[in-house]
Amino acid sequence: MSRPEEIIPKLRKDTIISLLSQGRRLDNRRPDEFRELKIEANVIERADGSALVSLGNTMVIAGVKAVLGTPYPDSPNEGAQIVNAELIPLASPVFEPGPPGEEDVELSRVVDRALRSAGAIDLRELAIVPGRRAWCIYIDIYALNHDGNLIDASALAAVAALYTAKIPEVEVRGTEVRVKEERRGLPMRDVPVTVTFAKIGGEIVVDPCYEEELVMDARITFGIDGKGNLCAIQKGLRGTFTCEEVVRAASLARKLSMSLREAVVKLKA
Amino acid sequence: MGEEKPKLMTEDGRRVDGRRPDELRPTEIEVGILKNADGSALIRQGKNRIMVAVYGPRELHPRHLALPDRAIVRCRYHMAPFSVPERKSPAPTRREIELSKVIREALEPAIILEAFPRTTIDIFIEVLQADGGTRTASITAAAVALADAGIPMRDLVAAVAVGKVDGVLVLDLNHLEDQYGGGDMPVAMMPSLEEITLLQADGTFTLEELEKGLKLAMKGIRELYEIQKRALRERYSSLAVELREGRR
Repeated sequence: MSRPEEIIPKLRKDTIISLLSQGRRLDNRRPDEFRELKIEANVIERADGSALVSLGNTMVIAGVKAVLGTPYPDSPNEGAQIVNAELIPLASPVFEPGPPGEEDVELSRVVDRALRSAGAIDLRELAIVPGRRAWCIYIDIYALNHDGNLIDASALAAVAALYTAKIPEVEVRGTEVRVKEERRGLPMRDVPVTVTFAKIGGEIVVDPCYEEELVMDARITFGIDGKGNLCAIQKGLRGTFTCEEVVRAASLARKLSMSLREAVVKLKA
Repeated sequence: MGEEKPKLMTEDGRRVDGRRPDELRPTEIEVGILKNADGSALIRQGKNRIMVAVYGPRELHPRHLALPDRAIVRCRYHMAPFSVPERKSPAPTRREIELSKVIREALEPAIILEAFPRTTIDIFIEVLQADGGTRTASITAAAVALADAGIPMRDLVAAVAVGKVDGVLVLDLNHLEDQYGGGDMPVAMMPSLEEITLLQADGTFTLEELEKGLKLAMKGIRELYEIQKRALRERYSSLAVELREGRR
């Protein structure tokens, strides 16, 4: 169930809304402007892939581990992609310890859908022995500092960690699989990113910071693949959107997705 | 995902179950089917059988969750183990946790929560048989159950999925189309207010398909809205007759 809402002084809310009505924001950003994005890849040597993302003061780390496993019975010729996200108490006074709640689950499932629908990882190339052995790619996402828009930061961390990951080569003898010293990149076919908007008192802004999230009525996230198509949508919270607002936001998301994707692709250049 | 994809669209533009692309499955809603609940509804949409009970507004435990200025809404979406081809474990899955959240958020905008401070409105959804589009059918039925509970609302909420089948946008995906189709976009709206309260998508859609998909969803939602209103009218006109004739 949802955690009790945070208390934001009414004055602060009025300030945010009146600034927005003039097209301005608390941190002087334009409504369609992301905070400064930094991505650092391969920050964890023990992981097969990793990335640390900061989006303003929001910080998220993602780690990739490739584990030899058995393919799912309904997809014997494919490896698996498993996304897990945790909002740990280290990241914010509003996060509490305990098993993943609905927000953690929603976050991981939205990132998973964006990657999966875009076909980011070619899962067929992760099959080793059909029906018996395949790589399972675990993507674990941890929020480290919560200052809003954990979805976009998490999606960037996940895709950057995958994009720069190196998994071991294997040698197959009959049904026996031997893991070798040499490593190769993951079979990446796309670099999807997500773009999230907050609706606050009728205004729509991209990449909300935490204070904006406290006063937002609704939230909407678009996953955008390398072709500029939508590869995930998720609306959240109690507010609503009109059809026109959705279409306008989606087309802005497509425009904004390009520089986000560039920041990921640059990691390998 | 299975290996061989069945043919989902015939040459003359009919779907596996004979529907046109913009056609809903046969849908029926029955209101007030559970005696204990304050409001209830059963929806049959295709082979979906989903029961919804609403309890409340009622006192909330633990009390610290209560809000001083409005009611809270709790929602549990659950699939019975026998509702799907392979037995599903009764423990809530991550999918069910997410769906409980998005269904709650799809219904909350319609409920006048300010009328019942410090209380909870509990919505329990049990999918007895699943045939694709269970989240949207659950929302359509839950809105009716909320109205049946006498809870004041801004509008009903009706929901339907739009999907892509062999490249064609279609309304109200069934299980097969959902499993093998190229995308699934569930939409919920308050039909009179024309506001979107739930929007999700997986698979890929172009911006043009998004725009067309929303229009197609709105067409289906308007039809479901009529079915919802008819179900509520039938329930209360027959209740009125029973009361007049002293059968209650």
